[in-house]
Amino acid sequence: MESLSFSYPAREAVASRVHVGVVGSGDLEVLLEPSPDGRAHVTVTTSVPGFGAVWKNVLDRFFSRFDGAAAIEINDFGATPGVVMLRLEQAAEALRA
Amino acid sequence: MRDSFIELRARERARAILDADTFRELLGPFDRMKSPWLPLQGVVTQADDGVVVARGRVDGKPAVVAAIEGAYQGGSIGEVSGAKIAGALELALRDCERGRPVRPVLVLETGGVRLQEANLGLAAIAEIHAAIVALRRHVPVVGVVAGLVGCFGGMSLAAALCSRLIVTRQARLGMNGPEVIEQEAGIAELDSMDGAEVWGLMGGEQRHATGLADVLVEDDVGAIAAQVREAFNTTAPPRSEQVQVFCRRLAGIDPGHPPSPKALRTLWAREGEP
Repeated sequence: MESLSFSYPAREAVASRVHVGVVGSGDLEVLLEPSPDGRAHVTVTTSVPGFGAVWKNVLDRFFSRFDGAAAIEINDFGATPGVVMLRLEQAAEALRA
Repeated sequence: MRDSFIELRARERARAILDADTFRELLGPFDRMKSPWLPLQGVVTQADDGVVVARGRVDGKPAVVAAIEGAYQGGSIGEVSGAKIAGALELALRDCERGRPVRPVLVLETGGVRLQEANLGLAAIAEIHAAIVALRRHVPVVGVVAGLVGCFGGMSLAAALCSRLIVTRQARLGMNGPEVIEQEAGIAELDSMDGAEVWGLMGGEQRHATGLADVLVEDDVGAIAAQVREAFNTTAPPRSEQVQVFCRRLAGIDPGHPPSPKALRTLWAREGEP
C-alpha cells in the first residue's frame, strides 16, 4: 500500500460531491468534493506501490482538461492507468450532470 | 432484454429495490465510516466499508435496504460494515416498536466475516442475526442473494434467518464456500472449479428446490424488485422457525451415504409440490 498526494491549479469552483467506482480488483473509487482553498488536491491510496510517476502522468493529463477546484480522494485496488482515467472522466461527467 | 440486477453495484442495487426517487443513503462514502483495521494490515479501504445503507420506500411504505458490495473484499463483514447493517436493522426495530413499521431488505453478496477483522466482524454478524430475529416478529425481513459472490459463512445464517429469501440461479448459498471445502476436505470432496457441481450443490435453483430459499427469480431488476414487494405480503412463518420440519428432514439422511443433489430434491421436495 502506498499513499501519494498531488496538487493542481484550478479556475472553477466545484459545487457538488461525486462518488464513483468500487475498491475491487482492477478498479478504484473516486470521491470528488469541493476543495476549500481554490486549488485541486488529489490524494491517492493504492494497493500497488512504486507507480508514483505513472499516477502523476495520468493526473497531469486529466487536469490538462479539468480545471475544477476539487478535493479528490482515490482508493485504488490495482486499476490500470486507462481505468483510472475512465473513472476520473466519469466523476467529471457526473459533476457536470 | 433483461435488465441485470447482478451486474449492478451495491448502491445501484439498493436504488433499484427502493421505489423510484426515494433512495436516501445513510452513512454514505463521504461520511468516511471505514475500516480502521485494514490500513494497519496494508489493505486499501473503501469509504463506505462495502455496505450501502439507504432509507426509502417499498410499495410506498417506509423501508431500509442494506446492500453489501461483493466486489470490495469479497463482500466481507468487518466491524464497521457489520455495524452498519446491524444498526440499520436495530433502528428499523425501534421504529417498528414505536408503531412505525419499516420494511427491511438485505442484499447479501458476501463471503462472510472479514478475516482481517476476525472477532469484531463475527460479533457484528451475531448482532445482525439477533436484530433479524427481533425484527421479523414485527415485519418480514427480506433477503436477496443475487450473485456473483454468493452468501457464505455467518452471513449465510443471516440469509437463513430472513422471513423470506429470494435467490437467482446465479446465487450460491452455503456455510462454507466451495474453495474452503476443497481446501479443508480435498478435491475428492468438491472440485471448486467445477461450476456444475458447485451450483448443483449450493446454487440458487438447488436451494430453492430443497426448500432452503423461498423464491427463485430471474436476474432481472424488475423481477427482483417485484418479488421483494410480494415478500412483504407473506404471512408464512420464517423457515428457521420450522424446527420440526427440518429436524425430520435431517433425520431422513444418512451422513455415511449422503444423497446426490438430485436425490435431495426428492427427499426435501418443497411442501405441496411434487
